[in-house]
Amino acid sequence: MNSHFRPVGGPILTKTFLVSAAVFAVSAAILVWRFIVGLGPTTAMSDLYPWGIWITYDVVVGTALACGGYAVALLCYVLNKGKYHHLIRPAILTSALGYTLAGVSVIIDLGRYWNVWKVPLLWNWNRNSILLEVAICIMSYVVVLWIELSPAFIEKWEEDAPWQWLRNLSIRIHPWLNKILIPILALGILLPTMHQSSLGSMMLIAMHKLHKLWHTPFLPLLFLLSCIVMGYAAVVFETALADSVFKLPRETKLLAPLSVAMVIVLFAYLAVRIADLAYRGRLGLIFRFDFYSFMFLLEMALFLTPAVLLLFRRFRYNPGVEFVCAMMMMAGGLLYRFDAFLVGFKPAPGWNYFPSVPEMFVTFGLVAFEVMAYLFIVKTFPILGGAPHAAAGTAHGVAGVPAPGR
Amino acid sequence: MSVTRRTVLKGMAAAAATSVTGVPKALARERKKPPADAVGMLYDATRCIGCKACMVKCKEVNHLPPEPGTKVEGMYDAPDDLSGYTKNVIKLYREGDKVSYMKAQCMHCVDPACVSVCMISAFRKDKQGIVTYDPAQCVGCRYCMMACPFNIPKYQWDVAFPKIVKCELCRHRLAEGKLPGCVEACPREAVIFGRLEDLKADAKRRIAAEPGRYYPKVYGETDGGGTQVLYLSAAGIPFEKLGLPDIGDQPLPELSETLQHAVYQGFVAPIVLYGALGIVIYRNRKRQSGEEEGDK
Ligand code: SF4
Ligand code: SF4
Ligand code: SF4
Repeated sequence: MNSHFRPVGGPILTKTFLVSAAVFAVSAAILVWRFIVGLGPTTAMSDLYPWGIWITYDVVVGTALACGGYAVALLCYVLNKGKYHHLIRPAILTSALGYTLAGVSVIIDLGRYWNVWKVPLLWNWNRNSILLEVAICIMSYVVVLWIELSPAFIEKWEEDAPWQWLRNLSIRIHPWLNKILIPILALGILLPTMHQSSLGSMMLIAMHKLHKLWHTPFLPLLFLLSCIVMGYAAVVFETALADSVFKLPRETKLLAPLSVAMVIVLFAYLAVRIADLAYRGRLGLIFRFDFYSFMFLLEMALFLTPAVLLLFRRFRYNPGVEFVCAMMMMAGGLLYRFDAFLVGFKPAPGWNYFPSVPEMFVTFGLVAFEVMAYLFIVKTFPILGGAPHAAAGTAHGVAGVPAPGR
Repeated sequence: MSVTRRTVLKGMAAAAATSVTGVPKALARERKKPPADAVGMLYDATRCIGCKACMVKCKEVNHLPPEPGTKVEGMYDAPDDLSGYTKNVIKLYREGDKVSYMKAQCMHCVDPACVSVCMISAFRKDKQGIVTYDPAQCVGCRYCMMACPFNIPKYQWDVAFPKIVKCELCRHRLAEGKLPGCVEACPREAVIFGRLEDLKADAKRRIAAEPGRYYPKVYGETDGGGTQVLYLSAAGIPFEKLGLPDIGDQPLPELSETLQHAVYQGFVAPIVLYGALGIVIYRNRKRQSGEEEGDK
C-alpha cells in the first residue's frame, strides 16, 4: 500500500457491533411497519408539525455532524495545511456514511417516495425551490464522497480482493481516479458550501411560524458557519474515540492548531447572531427568561465556552479539554438546528411535537447502522493513519503553518 | 496567502455577504400581480349561519369520505379542522357575547409559498390564479405544509400511499361551467365566486354601505402579497380571532427567493467558486507533492 493509511484489523463481530446490529434490527422492523401503515401511526408528526426528527436530526443535524470531510478538506486542500492529510480519510468516511444515511432517512420520511426519481430530471425543476437545491446537492455530494473515499477501497482490492475481476477492475480504475480527483475534491468543497447554507435558507419561508430568536435573513450564513464547527468537532470526537479504541497514538498536537481556526469561526458565528438580533431590536427576547430564551442562552453557552477555552494554548493541547470542547460544539450546533427547525417552530397555538418511540428507534437504528459500517470499513480498509504521527507532523510542518511547539 | 486562495475565500465571503445583506436592487424580486382573469371567492362572516351545507357539498363534489367527530362519538361528519379528507371547514369563534363563523380553505395566494417551495412543481398557479395540486409530481416531502402561512395543505397520515389535500377552487367544476361546490350550496350567499376584481369592489362596497356591520378591512386584499379568497368579518372581530394571522403585506417567497437568486443568479457564483477551488487545490497538491519528494 502506497499510503500511510492502514486497516486496523481485528475481529468484526465485537460487542459494540452486535449491540448496534440488535438496535438496527428493531428499527428495520419498525420501518417495515411504517411502509405498510403510513406515517401517522408510526410517528408523532401531524398536520401542523409535518417535519419531525427524521428531517431535523437525521438530515439537518446529521449532515452537519457529517461535515468533517468538508471542514478538513477546506483546511487541507484550500488552506493547504498538509499535515492534516491523514485526518482526511476517516473524516471522509464518517461524512460519506452520515450523508448516505441522511439520504436514506429522507426516503423513509417522504410520503410519496415512489415519485422521487422525478426529482433529478431537469425539466421538472422548480428553480425557486430551496429544497430542490438542497436535494440535488446532497444527492451529488453522496456520490462525490464515495468517490473521494474510493482510493481506500481500491488500494485494498488491488492487493487482495475477494474476486479476481474486482482486483483487475481496481487496478484499471486507479490511474483514472487520480486524474479526476481534483475536480472531485473541488466539488467536495463547493457542494457542502451550497447546501449547508441552503438548509438554513429553508426556514426563511416560515417567516411567521418560526420564533423571532431564530428567524433571520442570516439563517444561511449561520448554518454554514455552524456546520464547519460541528464537522470539525465531530472529527476531533471521532479521532479521539478511534485512537483510544484502536490504541493509536493521540493526535492532539495535530488537531490543536486547527482549533484556532475553529475559535475564529465560533466567534464569527456568535458575533453575527448577536449583532443581527441587536440590529433588528430583538435582544429583549433573550432576557425574557421564558423557555425560548433559555434554549437560546444554552446554545450560546455551548458555543461560547469552547470558543473561550480554546483561546488558551494550554487548553488546546490538553486532550481532555479538547474532547469536552468538541462535545460542546457538537451539542451547541445540534441544539441550534433543533431550535431552528422544531423547538422554535410554532405554527399555531396549542400544538406540540415530541417524537414517538418508534420514530426515535428508527433514528437510533440509522446511527447504529453507521457505527457498524464504520467499524467494518476501518477494520477492513486503509482508512486510519497507522504510522507514528509525530514524525509525519514534522515532515509536513514546512508545508503550511510552522509545526506546533512541543 | 496565494492570490487564488484569497479569491476563493473572498468569493465565499462575498457569496455569504450578498446572501444576507445588500442584495442589489436589480436582483430584487418583483411583486407579483394576480393574473388578468383571476377568479376567487368572497366569504362574508356576517352572512354565514353555520349550516355547514358548504362542507357537505365540498365532500360530495370532491369525493372525500366523511370523518367521524372526535368530540362527540358517532357524529356523522364532524372534522375538527381541515385534514387529509376535508378541504373546507366551518369553525365557530366565541368570546363573551361575540360570535362568528369562519370558513377555512386554501386562500389561493397571489404569490403562494407552497408553489415557491415545491421541488418539482406539484403545486402550480394556473392562468386564473387557482393554486392547483398534481399528485403525480408530488414526492410527499411536506415542505408546502411547513411553508403555508395559513397551514392549509394537509397530509393523509393514515395510509401507505398518501396525498396532499387542499381546496383547488373546484377547478374541475369550473371547467364544466359550474360553480364551486360550497358556493353552489350556500343558502345565504355567504360565500360567492367571481372575478377577483369584482369581488374586491363588492367587498369594499359592503363595508362602505354598512360601516357599523363590518370590521373595516378586507382580508386578503394585500395580506401576504394578496390572496384570491377574500374575507369580511363582523365589526369588533379582528381577523386574527378567526384564525387569519396578521402577516403583513410582504409575500412570503420574497425573502427566500431574493436571497437565493442573489447567490445563484445564472449560477455564476458557484461556477466561479468551483473554478477557483479547482485551481487552488491543484496548486496546493502540486506544491505539496514536490515537498514530499524533497523530504524523502
Ligand atoms: S393558502 Fe397556503 S396552500 Fe393555499 S395558496 Fe396560499 S400558501 Fe398555498
Ligand atoms: S409534499 Fe408534495 S406538494 Fe408539498 S412541497 Fe412536497 S412535493 Fe410539493
Ligand atoms: S353553506 Fe354558507 S351559510 Fe352555510 S356554513 Fe357554508 S358558508 Fe355558512
